[in-house]
Amino acid sequence: MAVLALPLSFLITEATNAGTSNVWHLIWRSLTATLLWDTVRLTVVVTILCAVIGTLAAYFVERTDLPGRHLWAVLVVIPFAIPDFVVSFGWSSLSTWVEGFRGAVLVMTLAVYPLVYLPVAASFRGADPGQEEIARSLGASRLSTFFRVTLGQARRSILGGCLLVALVIFAEYGAFEILGYRTFTTEIFGEFTIGFDTASACALSLVLVLLSFFVLFGEGAMRGRGRVARTGPGVQRIATRRPLGRAKYPVLFAFVALVGAALGVPVGSSLYWMFEGGAHALSGVSLVSAALTTAGYSAAAAAIATLMALPVALLVVRYPSRLRLLLARSTFLILAMPGLVVALALTYFSEQHAQSFGYGTPPLLIFAYALMFFPLALVGVRTSLAQAPLAIEEVASSLGVSRLGVFRRVTLPLVAPGLGAAFCLVFLSGVTELTATLILIPTGVQTLATQFWAYQQNLSYGQAAPFALVMILISAGPAYVLGRFFDRLPVRRTSSPVNRVLA
Amino acid sequence: MSDLEITGLDKSYRTQSVLRNLDLTVKEGTFVSILGPSGSGKTSLLRVIAGFDRADRGTVRLGESIVDDPTHFIEPDRRRIGYVPQDGSLFPHLSVMANVGFGLARRDRNGTRVEELLEMVGLGGMAERYPHQLSGGQQQRVALARGLAIDPDLVLLDEPFSSLDASLRASVRHDVRLVLREAGTTAILVTHDQDEALSLADQVAIMHDGHVSQCDAPATLYAKPSTPELARELGEVNFLTGTKARDGVETPLGTLRLESSSSDLKGASDGTALLVLVRPEQIVIDTDLSEARGTATVVHTEFYGHDAVVKLRADWDESIFITVRTSEASALPLRESCVALRVRGSVVAWRQ
Repeated sequence: MAVLALPLSFLITEATNAGTSNVWHLIWRSLTATLLWDTVRLTVVVTILCAVIGTLAAYFVERTDLPGRHLWAVLVVIPFAIPDFVVSFGWSSLSTWVEGFRGAVLVMTLAVYPLVYLPVAASFRGADPGQEEIARSLGASRLSTFFRVTLGQARRSILGGCLLVALVIFAEYGAFEILGYRTFTTEIFGEFTIGFDTASACALSLVLVLLSFFVLFGEGAMRGRGRVARTGPGVQRIATRRPLGRAKYPVLFAFVALVGAALGVPVGSSLYWMFEGGAHALSGVSLVSAALTTAGYSAAAAAIATLMALPVALLVVRYPSRLRLLLARSTFLILAMPGLVVALALTYFSEQHAQSFGYGTPPLLIFAYALMFFPLALVGVRTSLAQAPLAIEEVASSLGVSRLGVFRRVTLPLVAPGLGAAFCLVFLSGVTELTATLILIPTGVQTLATQFWAYQQNLSYGQAAPFALVMILISAGPAYVLGRFFDRLPVRRTSSPVNRVLA
Repeated sequence: MSDLEITGLDKSYRTQSVLRNLDLTVKEGTFVSILGPSGSGKTSLLRVIAGFDRADRGTVRLGESIVDDPTHFIEPDRRRIGYVPQDGSLFPHLSVMANVGFGLARRDRNGTRVEELLEMVGLGGMAERYPHQLSGGQQQRVALARGLAIDPDLVLLDEPFSSLDASLRASVRHDVRLVLREAGTTAILVTHDQDEALSLADQVAIMHDGHVSQCDAPATLYAKPSTPELARELGEVNFLTGTKARDGVETPLGTLRLESSSSDLKGASDGTALLVLVRPEQIVIDTDLSEARGTATVVHTEFYGHDAVVKLRADWDESIFITVRTSEASALPLRESCVALRVRGSVVAWRQ
């Protein structure tokens, strides 16, 4: 667990070394206020847009007779696999209108709304249709039912999605750099890589981390204590779908527009530049070697993060106690830490306290990935552990099977799909990671993202485009697997033996 | 002999005490129901017997060996106690055959033993299916076959029928009873359904507040409950007031014979005020009022075909209502008519 607190503790150490008054001075600059305003207003606008788009899309796909909804269910999620900076590249290379605040709003909304769509769609699938019927029978209109019952069922998922959206915006670097929009992260990156101003970067990082904590606890407070559980016994019915009627065509049009903007534009413009971009004389690593490097680093990080998550998830799920709270809190520490800050902290650590041990080597980058995406791995593993309730293991042991046998024959087979999902989630995130990679990449090596970035910064779009396309191709596979996994999760009532005993 | 013997069992979860000084003995080969309201500690008791939880104090002895006391603890996989949980808890990733064979040695897992068991629970052709392809009742029967496969000394059934609908419940219940009797296995069934407890078991243990308040054969329990509350829990009741007399108990319905073993009344002198239990089917309605001691007025009647229920208001005290269950359903008294009541057989009574 100490590992999870590492970035924060080094951030604080570093800030203390720079002198408290110095750091205060750096924080109370007008620049901080400007950055704060720009970061917050962008976050608020994009989060609201994502909440609306994600929730509506989920509603139409899961709860209405939208034509071709199985296809839409896939198409709407794929933008999840497209790196934000590729979306940004796709749009801004087409039109100069896409820049600054309006560009950032457009690009980020299109890039991250799946973070709301995915959990909300899952909660619509799992929610009890009976509750809506009861609401109607109690005299609530369709619209009122939607707001009071349907949205109520999805409230936690919407909030959870919004939280992720906000954290992603805080951490985003590449997309904003392309659009010329300044946020904390772009500024910190600049201070560090161009100005080598550690104290300044550190001070800004502290503000950014505080902002993240603020959002995290805000979400926790708004979440409330209500539960979205079925209360009655019996098998859950499949929800009846609401006919769209004449509203079908405008809704279809909206879906076409959404997928076109979020998926069509980045892919289309990459293809366009690939064929029309012309050859620049700029040299770089080959597509194949970059792809292999990327896949190797991401796979290693995914394996480490998944292995780290397994014991933590076991403790959290199986032995709920004060320890559980502590564990949950410490994953918060890392959730609130933008990738850039993790990378900076690791750099400081290796420079100041380990005689540059590991700096500029693959293990440090892999470790950074594993650390940054640990919360994602934990989500996957926890979900799957819920598929292997303690009661089933108890029955297995009462049948005369030893603990090891129970783990091998019951727990592992049931948990395996979730471990696969956790692996995919981390792998996917690793493939599309840019910010931390730019800082920690070993010399002479390029990943798909960094090579794309190098070409893009030199305006050699024709050479950059294939790297973007390969990145999308590599991450689309795991994204599809993930979609299937979360799609197939049965909705089961959680039965903790302690709850049952005390009930 | 592999009797189950539990003495002085205490168990609490966090600060909540769920089992308190519990004693229970189950003879080999018998079927015992544990009946009690929810929250009385039934499931906790099963979990301690199975070895999923450890008792805080007390001893659990299975046959010759102590499986749980402050110094010994045998892990659940070494106890040979089959457990059939409320929801079946089948292994979702394994076929029916693999579920049933789970506790067997590798070479027996596909053998005739599994087929016999499936045959026994009436699921002969279902070996290749997966749990999600089965109905709730079928899942329950697979869970039972799985628990019996290891040839256990004892089977624990934790409300296995409560998740089934009423029509299925009766048939699964019957099947399970037959299977267990055939196998001669000792079994403990936890339930909060009194019909289930009384109709299935050789012995019924009543649980209250974490301890067993009475354990007897169903008929004894029904006829001679140890407290008025217990009497009410096990069926419909009429309570009359009476006084102890030399030859029984003096009540508005005449002098009734007292059950010989009313231990509570030992040493009670004549004239002691008593509370008398009369079951509805013990009362006979008589339209001939000539020799009547106690009369009552019919309030209403409920006709059920095989029998009928008559509700009456007592003429000696208008605040007392009496329920009578009669098998002569074809000749029911008219409403508002006055009838005489007589009591058949002996009754139980407690000091007031």
